[in-house]
Amino acid sequence: MKNKTMIDFVGKKRWFILGSAIALLIMIISLAAFKLTPGVDFTGGTSMTLNFTPQVEQGQLRQDFIKLGHPEAVIQKAGDNFFIRIKVINTTERETLFTGLKTNLNTTEISTLDYSTISPSVAANTARNAGIAVIIACVAMLFYIAWAFRRMPNPIRWGTCAIVALVHDVLIVLGIFAILGHALHVEVDALFISAILTIVGYSINNVVIVFDRIRENKTRGISPDFSVVVNSSLTETLMRNLNTTLTVIVVLLALFLFGGSTIHYFILALLIGVIVGIYTSLFIAGQLLIVWEKGEWREVFPWLFPAKKAA
Amino acid sequence: MSKSINKYLPAIIIILIIASLWAILPVNTKLLGPNGLTLGLDLKGGSQLLYEANLSQKDPSVSDAEAMAAVAAKIQRRVNEFGVTEPTIQTMGTDKIIVQLPGVKNVSRAISLIGETGLLEFREQLFDANGTAMINETTGELMFSNESATANGTDGQPEALTGKYLKRAYRSVDSYGTPIVAFEWNSEGAHLFQQITQRNLNKQLAIYIDNNIISAPVVKSVITDNGQIEGNFTLNYAGDLANMLNSGALDVPLTLINQQDIDASLGSDSIHKSLIAAQIGIILLLMFMIAYYRFLGVMACISLGIYALFFLAILTLFPITLTLPGIAALILSLGMAVDANVLIFERTKEELRLKHPLRTAVEAGFIRAWPAIRDSNVTTFIACIILFWLGGTFGAFMVRGFALTLFTGVALSMFTAIIVTRTFLRFVVNNRLVTNLAAYGVEKQNND
Repeated sequence: MKNKTMIDFVGKKRWFILGSAIALLIMIISLAAFKLTPGVDFTGGTSMTLNFTPQVEQGQLRQDFIKLGHPEAVIQKAGDNFFIRIKVINTTERETLFTGLKTNLNTTEISTLDYSTISPSVAANTARNAGIAVIIACVAMLFYIAWAFRRMPNPIRWGTCAIVALVHDVLIVLGIFAILGHALHVEVDALFISAILTIVGYSINNVVIVFDRIRENKTRGISPDFSVVVNSSLTETLMRNLNTTLTVIVVLLALFLFGGSTIHYFILALLIGVIVGIYTSLFIAGQLLIVWEKGEWREVFPWLFPAKKAA
Repeated sequence: MSKSINKYLPAIIIILIIASLWAILPVNTKLLGPNGLTLGLDLKGGSQLLYEANLSQKDPSVSDAEAMAAVAAKIQRRVNEFGVTEPTIQTMGTDKIIVQLPGVKNVSRAISLIGETGLLEFREQLFDANGTAMINETTGELMFSNESATANGTDGQPEALTGKYLKRAYRSVDSYGTPIVAFEWNSEGAHLFQQITQRNLNKQLAIYIDNNIISAPVVKSVITDNGQIEGNFTLNYAGDLANMLNSGALDVPLTLINQQDIDASLGSDSIHKSLIAAQIGIILLLMFMIAYYRFLGVMACISLGIYALFFLAILTLFPITLTLPGIAALILSLGMAVDANVLIFERTKEELRLKHPLRTAVEAGFIRAWPAIRDSNVTTFIACIILFWLGGTFGAFMVRGFALTLFTGVALSMFTAIIVTRTFLRFVVNNRLVTNLAAYGVEKQNND
């Protein structure tokens, strides 16, 4: 194979793996500490985006909600609008609330940009279904991975590395959304589940493409050193992986920056997932495979193996 | 692929392009309007109501599905009368009904119209043993029976007089100009009503709708085939009530469990913004493809254009509702459509670098890229199918829209990359239109 330039992907593999391990640890801690903020889809309740003419103060609005019997209200300013979350109310209660707000705030007009109310029982059902969907998706992806890796020399090892890469991507997105939920009250809704499943599908693709090339090159015996095989495979697939990911990032970025607010965080989740996905396929999945195939765990995590003397 | 099919591919592609253009062009002036693409509520604004039916209260002689279908049909009639354009009413699962009301202004009114069971009953006044009217001691109001008034039907069997014997109900005004609901009985209803008014002459007869007393007029004379309901109605409410009575009582009571309203202004803002985003994204995408893959990039762009054309045609011809996440999926699938082309081109370039002739290299590029294209889309298909199911379980039209659009887009992208791009490239290569290897993104100089 006449390759232009070889890029060294595997030389610093220890640092990539350690870096990712630390990032993962931070994400797991933030997930545990902040947890994801579930939206009304999963908890039940009423959420709405309101616009007041003339404009009102957030503090004033909060007091009015307490006065009108909604001390549980979460009120956030989003541009000129307010995002408000309260418990489930019915149509009559909604009218009472709006009339009350109009009188108390002295506003002439309240326009409801969006309004969504979901009973807690339905929401619990949705949460359960979302859980089932994620589990089915995981099982289906596992079957797919088992099938895609059937011709690989060590299907279990190769498959595990692919899954580790995948879990890595998903955990980072979840962790970032836990932080966003804590800091900006970004809620996780049904669309977020869609984003996660799409990321899972997308992330596994890049890894499969890389691993497929590793297998091909290994069979052709381009080098006795597995590191070299992995490195040339990464180099050969680099353009494909980079180009397809870049095209997707470009369109997602355009949607994120200029698209509507409804799908803002949905696109953000996809964007983070795709970016982390290309990172793992270039710097983590193949490198993990080398470490495993060569039994170099001790060199990557020396403090985990203190008892034995390094060979 | 067999040679015989290959021969017809250019013709098939041209026919498909013409068919797609034909599907899209009539609505060209209003590409994203109600006539062309089916827009979801998040794009055109409106309300989605999800109802749960209490099937334990249905008539045991009909099946669950029949009861639900009957309820859906009645809701349809009520909503049509209400004047909503293109409402969708669908049953979902065993006991849920999803009602979409695009562009509806007064949701509360629509909700009260749909959700009311619409059961019309007449109840007789209660008297004690001495024949004096019984009065509720706490409220001081006259007391009425808890059962609806019955009479002997034409077949001699006792029948309760309810809304199901109505011929029609309509909004009207009385001599003072007050809105009322007037109604006419069918012959059986008239037969029952005659007996009931006869035995309640000079007594009050209460009119109940959905267990709420509406009015209790004194029966002045025996009435047979028509009557009226008075009760401080507004003109709108009298109309809604008549509409509700006309559609008949709902077979099972409904509970509103999920309501989603999206303002039309937010919807049009979303369309506007996502179209700008799509334009920017697509222009960058095309620039990138041409800059990096030169002539092959131009080929890919043409094939992407055809891809977009086919996609629009599919959206117009099939009942795929376009939602905001759906637009995202459309753009995302465009990025993925590029993926297939990139895989093929990278393989082709590798073959060209190995000094294979152009024609062989192009064919080999397609053949060697196909397994990767197929495999890499499997996961997206899996995710889409699961999401489509998930979205269906609780009426998340945005999730469904995303899944369906992404699935269609990815399937179509495979078709365009493998069939359309290949046919174009074959045409160019076989006719030696472009032979300079630099045009294919392969450097002239040798690397070794």
